[in-house]
Amino acid sequence: MLYREAGQFKTTYAADQQLFPIRQDRIGVITLLVVAFLGVPLFASEYWFSAILIPFLIFALAALGLNILTGYAGQLSLGSAAFMAVGAYAAYNFQLRIEGIPILVSFGLAGLTAAGVGILFGLPSLRIKGFYLAVATLAAQFFIVWCLTKFPWLSNNSSSGVISTQQLIIFGHELTTPVEKYLLVLSIVVVMALAAKNMVRSTTGRAWMAVRDMDVAASVIGIRLMPTKLLAFAVSSFYCGVAGAMYAFCYLGSVEPDGFSLEMSFKILFMIIIGGVGSIMGSFLGAAFILLLPIFLDITLPFIADLFGLPFSSATVSHIQITVFGALIMFFLIVEPHGLARLWQIAKEKLRLWPFPH
Amino acid sequence: MNFFLEVLIGGLLSGVMYALVALGFVMIYKASGVFNFAQGAMVYLAALSVVGCMEKGAPLWMAIILAFIIMTLFGIATEKFVLRKLVNQPPIALFMATIGLAFFIEGLAPMIFGSEPRALELGIVDEPIPWILDNWNMVISKFDLVAAGVAAVLVATLALFFQYTRVGRALRAVADDHQAALSIGIPLQHIWAIVWGVAGFVALVAGMMWGARNGVQFALTFTALKALPVLILGGFTSVPGAIVGGLIIGASEKLAEIYIPPVMQDLFGGNFGGIEGWFPYVLALLFLLVRPEGLFGEKHIDRV
Repeated sequence: MLYREAGQFKTTYAADQQLFPIRQDRIGVITLLVVAFLGVPLFASEYWFSAILIPFLIFALAALGLNILTGYAGQLSLGSAAFMAVGAYAAYNFQLRIEGIPILVSFGLAGLTAAGVGILFGLPSLRIKGFYLAVATLAAQFFIVWCLTKFPWLSNNSSSGVISTQQLIIFGHELTTPVEKYLLVLSIVVVMALAAKNMVRSTTGRAWMAVRDMDVAASVIGIRLMPTKLLAFAVSSFYCGVAGAMYAFCYLGSVEPDGFSLEMSFKILFMIIIGGVGSIMGSFLGAAFILLLPIFLDITLPFIADLFGLPFSSATVSHIQITVFGALIMFFLIVEPHGLARLWQIAKEKLRLWPFPH
Repeated sequence: MNFFLEVLIGGLLSGVMYALVALGFVMIYKASGVFNFAQGAMVYLAALSVVGCMEKGAPLWMAIILAFIIMTLFGIATEKFVLRKLVNQPPIALFMATIGLAFFIEGLAPMIFGSEPRALELGIVDEPIPWILDNWNMVISKFDLVAAGVAAVLVATLALFFQYTRVGRALRAVADDHQAALSIGIPLQHIWAIVWGVAGFVALVAGMMWGARNGVQFALTFTALKALPVLILGGFTSVPGAIVGGLIIGASEKLAEIYIPPVMQDLFGGNFGGIEGWFPYVLALLFLLVRPEGLFGEKHIDRV
């Protein structure tokens, strides 16, 4: 009743090709954006911005980047955190070494730097596939973090590679409050998410999906593997790089190379598994889920412990968190390999027929 | 020259320790096509169960038997509740499931046995062998030699088991072709349960060796990260590959750690230690560019 596209006729090619062809989707997306840009800043508290919303958006962007590579182009990567680190350190160095460079430009350049490094580590994907490639991306993870720790030039000679980011100045206005930072992050993420949504349905995106499904077959029908795979690595690393730059500048303010650990890469991988491999929206759902779950457990576990009179130490709580993470990953892979995004799709299909299913 | 030899032998012996972990990967990959990222976590679980049982008052031999039972049950449970449900999923999905499994174990094991680092006493001391020290002036650890011996025995046992027993033949058949094996009446699920049991046993041996070496602590899970480059170098499907790969990685890693940082220091200044973390990976990666299926891996043929 509410969600039905019957009667929405498309009379031009432009109307047929738009990003959200169903009116209800358009209304939904616009409502969501209005709420995110206007509603949330009115009501959310400072804690919400700096501890939940900003990291959520940043990790969603990183997950989106990984999803482009893994979900669309089918190349599993275990090094996304390292590409975020490249972005963070590149943005810092552009700010530091180029006089008066606007912050958004250095974010963009940071993304491009990450893309360059991504291409470099994507080169083996032309020869090796599957697990071998996954292990090879670990080389990126360890090597990049090591470089950032050991080459003092990259962190402006600070001890053990810790950097403190510069001020965020946009058009002469300095962003200091969490709300302003949130709005900046939100704008960047929205633009990049829409760009990604557009990209994956273009020729490029279709080529990626063909390569994912079977690369030999794809090359037989005339898709050139090398540019396609490398482009996937470049775009994915670009997204991760920008996410990393924002992680340093808008979220933490001070980062160290070891912060971009293998664990963080796994976390981003878990986001796309739980959210939905090969889905833009899944990246957001997965990021929300993975970030909120520890908070949820932190709140509920002591309560449960009280209920049964069990003594829970903080170590136990963190062990329970890891266990629950692991169990959930296996659960999702078994029960719903396409993740939360698939559940949402099923809900939409049900809504189409509601209230009169066949 | 003496120093070079000492580093080389030390590296080769530590390579044997990596190979011990890599063996577990190879076992499971060969038989079920699952790339088991949780092998490192299983090593941790095995070592923790031995120490945990000993803390409850069991003598060493009993603790080992108990740990073996725990590992076997655990392996069978994994096969039954996780992997069997994922049959026919793409291999990458199985791989990600084992990452989940690794997290699951890493959370659960310390909850049961406690997370504080502990020592595991096997009665072998980690000290240089005197007569080598006297005659050649080289420091070769007794413990490393014992570990190498254990690895050799383990590999020989596995090889005999695969080659000459009924179950071993069935395992090789399954590894070759699941469907063909099924069609001639090999019970696939029993075989997989056995494979996970054997992998648990290998994890137990590796866990005891590593645990006695570095103490039983969370860092044991990182042994998996040490074993991965060994695997890609040696090929996922080959037991000798795991051994040879381990030796190459161990030796080159130790040599690189000694000889590369000073060169880099001359070039750039600053301290460049700690390249052990990534050097094996880069080495394996470069190697893959030349031979994508690893040293002893089967050549991969794509069919459309």
